[in-house]
Amino acid sequence: MKIDVKHVAKLANIPLKNDEVKKYENQLSQILEYIEKLTKVNTDNIKETSQTTGLENVTRDDVASPSLKQDEALSNTKSKHNSLFKVKAIFEE
Amino acid sequence: MKLNELTIKQAKERLKKKQFSSVDLTNACLEQIMKKNKNLNVFITVCESLALENAKKADKLISVGQDLPLLGIPIALKDLFSTKGIETSAGSNVLKGYIPPYDATVVVKLKQAGAVILGKTNLDAWAHGSSGENSDFGPTKNPWNTNFVPGGSSSGSAVSVATGMSMASTGTDTGGSIRLPASFTNTVGLKPTYGRVSRNGIIAMASSLDSIGHFTKTAEDSALFLQVTAGKDEFDATTPSVEVPDYTKDLEKGVKGLKIGIPKEYFIKGLDKNIKEEVKKAFRFYESQGAEIIDISLPNTEYAIATYYIIQPAEVSSNLARYDGIRFGQDRRAFGEEAKRRIMLGTFTLSVGYYDAYYKKAMKVRTLILRDFEEAFKKVDAIITPVSPTMPWKIGERVDDPLAMYLSDVFAAPINLAGLPGLSVPIGFIDGLPVGIQILGPHFSENLLFRIAHAYETAHKWYERTPNE
Repeated sequence: MKIDVKHVAKLANIPLKNDEVKKYENQLSQILEYIEKLTKVNTDNIKETSQTTGLENVTRDDVASPSLKQDEALSNTKSKHNSLFKVKAIFEE
Repeated sequence: MKLNELTIKQAKERLKKKQFSSVDLTNACLEQIMKKNKNLNVFITVCESLALENAKKADKLISVGQDLPLLGIPIALKDLFSTKGIETSAGSNVLKGYIPPYDATVVVKLKQAGAVILGKTNLDAWAHGSSGENSDFGPTKNPWNTNFVPGGSSSGSAVSVATGMSMASTGTDTGGSIRLPASFTNTVGLKPTYGRVSRNGIIAMASSLDSIGHFTKTAEDSALFLQVTAGKDEFDATTPSVEVPDYTKDLEKGVKGLKIGIPKEYFIKGLDKNIKEEVKKAFRFYESQGAEIIDISLPNTEYAIATYYIIQPAEVSSNLARYDGIRFGQDRRAFGEEAKRRIMLGTFTLSVGYYDAYYKKAMKVRTLILRDFEEAFKKVDAIITPVSPTMPWKIGERVDDPLAMYLSDVFAAPINLAGLPGLSVPIGFIDGLPVGIQILGPHFSENLLFRIAHAYETAHKWYERTPNE
C-alpha cells in the first residue's frame, strides 16, 4: 500500500519537511503492509465493537452547572482580546 | 529498611502508630528523587514545597485520629493527569508550560484520600510508545540496568515506584503502557476494566481503549489504591454504575479450586525462552497451591496488533486534532516524530475511500477478539500470560523501527481491545532484569486478580528487592 504522505499531512495539518516525507512514506507503508493481514479474517455478519462494557445511551439532565471561569479558560492562551480568544481571520473581506 | 521502600500497607500502619510522620516519609522520597532523578530522568516536575506542605497537613490529621485511605502517602502522577496549578506536559513540547486550570477526577479523589503528590513523571509523549524513549524530555532509564529501557509509556511512574521515589504512582494503559513497564521494573501494574476509573482530565490518547491505572510494590497496595480511584464519574460517561466492591476482601482466599487458563497463542515462537521458563514456574506454583491449569485457545490473537494499530492511531488522530496552539500550548509544528506518525496513520485509515477497509474492518475483528475471551471465560476463571515476548531492550535499539516497537505490545494490546482488567505481577529476574506475568479476568473482576497475585507475592516477595544499592 503506497500512502500519499503529503496529502495526509495536509489533511492532518501537520507541517512536514521534505526529508520527513520520504521517511514517513517508507515507515507508514511498512506498517500498512503489516495491517493488511486483517483482510485474511472472515468478518461476514460480524458487528463492529466500539465499546466493550455494554453501556448504551448514557445521558444526563440538560441542566447548566458551574464550569471554568472565563479567566481560567483563558489562562494558557498567548492570544486574547477583550477576554476572548483571538484567532486569525478565516474569511477575507 | 528505608522508609521509602515500605509498602503502602506497612507505611499506613506505622504512620498510625506514629513511628514516623508523613513529613519523614515524604522527605525520604524527595531525597531519593534528588539522588536518582538526574541519572534516571523519572520526573518532569517535582513539587517539593507543595508536597512537604501537604505532608504537614496529613500529619495534623493523623494526630487527631483521622483515617483516610492514603493519608500521608507520597505518590507520583504520570504527566498526563491534569493538575490544577502544576504544569502538565504530556511529555510533549506541544504542552510544555501548560498549567491546567482544573484537576483530573482521579487527582481530586487522590487528594481527598489524603495522598501527598510529589510531582509529575516522564512518559512517551502523549503516551505513544512502549519504551519511554518517545518523551520530548529525554528517555527514562531502567534502574536495574541503565543501558536498558524501563518500558513505556508510563516509564517514569514505573521507575518512581521501583526505586522508592514514591510509594505508588498513576499510569494510563491504552495498549500495555502500565503492564509492560511494570514487568520491566519489578513493580505491580494494574490496568483496570475499561471505564472502572474515570478518564476525565487525563489527556486522551485513544478513547475506546484508555484505561486509568497505577503502579505499586504489591497487589495489596494496588487494591488499596483502586479503592480510591474506582467508580462512576459524572464527567466520564463511560464509567458505568457497577458497584465498587471492597478490593481487599478476597486477598487471603488463595487459589485452591480456581481454573487458570493458559492460551497457547501467547507461547509462540517469538517468545523469549527464558521468559517462557519463568512463566512456567509460576504455573507450577499455582498448581501446587491447588489451582487447575487449563490449556485454552484465543484464536484471533495474531490479529490483535494489526487491529490495535488501526483503531488506536485513528482515535489518536481525532484526539490530537484539538491541539492548535490557540487556547493553550504550542502549535502543531511542535509535535514529535511518533505523534506525527500516528496522527498521519490515523488520518489515512479514517479518510474517504479507506474507512471501510481499515477502521470498520478493525472494529469487526475487535468483536472476534472480544468473543475469544468471552468463550475462554466460560471455561476458566482467569488467564495468565507473559506480559512481553522479550526482555527490556537497550536504549536506542528499536527507535528507527516503529513496527518492531509496536510488536512489543503483542500480548498487552488484546486486553485493551476487549476492555478487560489485567494485573502485571513480578515473577523474578533474568540476567538481572525483572520479568512479569499478567493475570487477566472478565470485566470488573479486579478482586479476583488481586487474590491470584497476592497468593504468589506473599510466597515470593519479589517486591522486597530494590535496584537501590
